[in-house]
Amino acid sequence: MSTPGETGTEPWPLWEVFVRANRGLSHVHVGSLHAPDADMAVRNARDLYTRRNEGVSIWVVPAVAITTSDPDAKGAFFESPAGKNYRHAVYYTKSEGVKHL
Amino acid sequence: MTAPADLSVAGDPQAAEAGRARFDELIAADSRVEPRDWMPEAYRKTLIRQISQHAHSEIIGMQPESNWITRAPSLKRKAILMAKVQDEAGHGLYLYSAAQTLGISRDEMMAQLIEGRARYSSIFNYPTPTWADMGAIGWLVDGAAICNQVPLCRASYGPYGRAMVRICKEESFHQRQGFEILLELMQGTEAQRQMAQDAVDRWYWPSLMMFGPPDEQSPNSAQSMAWNIKRFSNDDLRQRFVGMLVPQAEVLGVTLPDPNLAWNEAEQRYDMSEIDWTEFEEVLAGRGPANAERLRRRREAHDEGAWVREAAAEYARKQAEQSAAA
Repeated sequence: MSTPGETGTEPWPLWEVFVRANRGLSHVHVGSLHAPDADMAVRNARDLYTRRNEGVSIWVVPAVAITTSDPDAKGAFFESPAGKNYRHAVYYTKSEGVKHL
Repeated sequence: MTAPADLSVAGDPQAAEAGRARFDELIAADSRVEPRDWMPEAYRKTLIRQISQHAHSEIIGMQPESNWITRAPSLKRKAILMAKVQDEAGHGLYLYSAAQTLGISRDEMMAQLIEGRARYSSIFNYPTPTWADMGAIGWLVDGAAICNQVPLCRASYGPYGRAMVRICKEESFHQRQGFEILLELMQGTEAQRQMAQDAVDRWYWPSLMMFGPPDEQSPNSAQSMAWNIKRFSNDDLRQRFVGMLVPQAEVLGVTLPDPNLAWNEAEQRYDMSEIDWTEFEEVLAGRGPANAERLRRRREAHDEGAWVREAAAEYARKQAEQSAAA
């Protein structure tokens, strides 16, 4: 089974769209669209997702090229960080009141 | 890493059972349902119907306004109107995309629309005879739409909520530009003031109908609210909208065409006249002033665009062929 929205009945492939708001920022996923090829996908993405100066750069990626983690195995797959709150700065409370820490 | 799970677990009762439990958990926690999650068939159907109708409304909604692009009173107003109509097209696309994640194709939705099998908001079946209608549509129709749409940003289906967030951000410009058109007319000549008042008279009641039938006659509302798709009842949203309109109408200097409209201090709500639901039913059933015209125009646009879709597909095929050969 492919990406949601990518069905055999759609004549055009599905593209995921990423927009960089400004130099120095990463491209962020903003949505998806259908287009016959990559060039048209970039043009359509410009018209659809950057009508108000939302970006200075656009990536389009064929949705079929994306591999996802198994949504049903969510719990087990992401188990490792659970219970490891010592990975966060807020875990360490004894230094409270000490400046620049 | 594994391939995404199959959308359908129909053949596996155990997986369906687990899916249902997970779905109930998500709804109870007011969390979001995503496309690959198991969902009840009725939930999927309700969403497909609602989102595609919403998308159709955006696309059909381009027509009453595009009617005035060539006749806008100034270059500035023409540019604004074009930007607004382009936004409506964009909103339609966000929503069609959201509906497609539920397993219906764009072509099928388009076929439902142009064959008259799908509904869209009845408001777009009213004609736009004067320039003041552009003001009244922005102020009243987009205003009602915003009132309806803001709570939909928290709809339980993730892609729908995300599309609505994007739409609501853009929609506020629509309402303000409409208000400004009316305000300028109201500060103009007597004829211009009359034109503005006439447009408000014609659009006020249809815009109140946009919230749908009264609560006791809205059979699907309870289920939609239980699923966290809908957050407020039709009548509650209608009240909220009228509450916003009253002070705005004062600023404009227009009269809302309802002699019974008055604040009821005891009940903390507005009293208003009975809405003419026969008119609503008639327009919804396809017998409104412009139903046939809207669908005819949509069909024409679809047919006239066929060569563009074919050319784009053919170009993509050739490009792929050439890069494969290289």
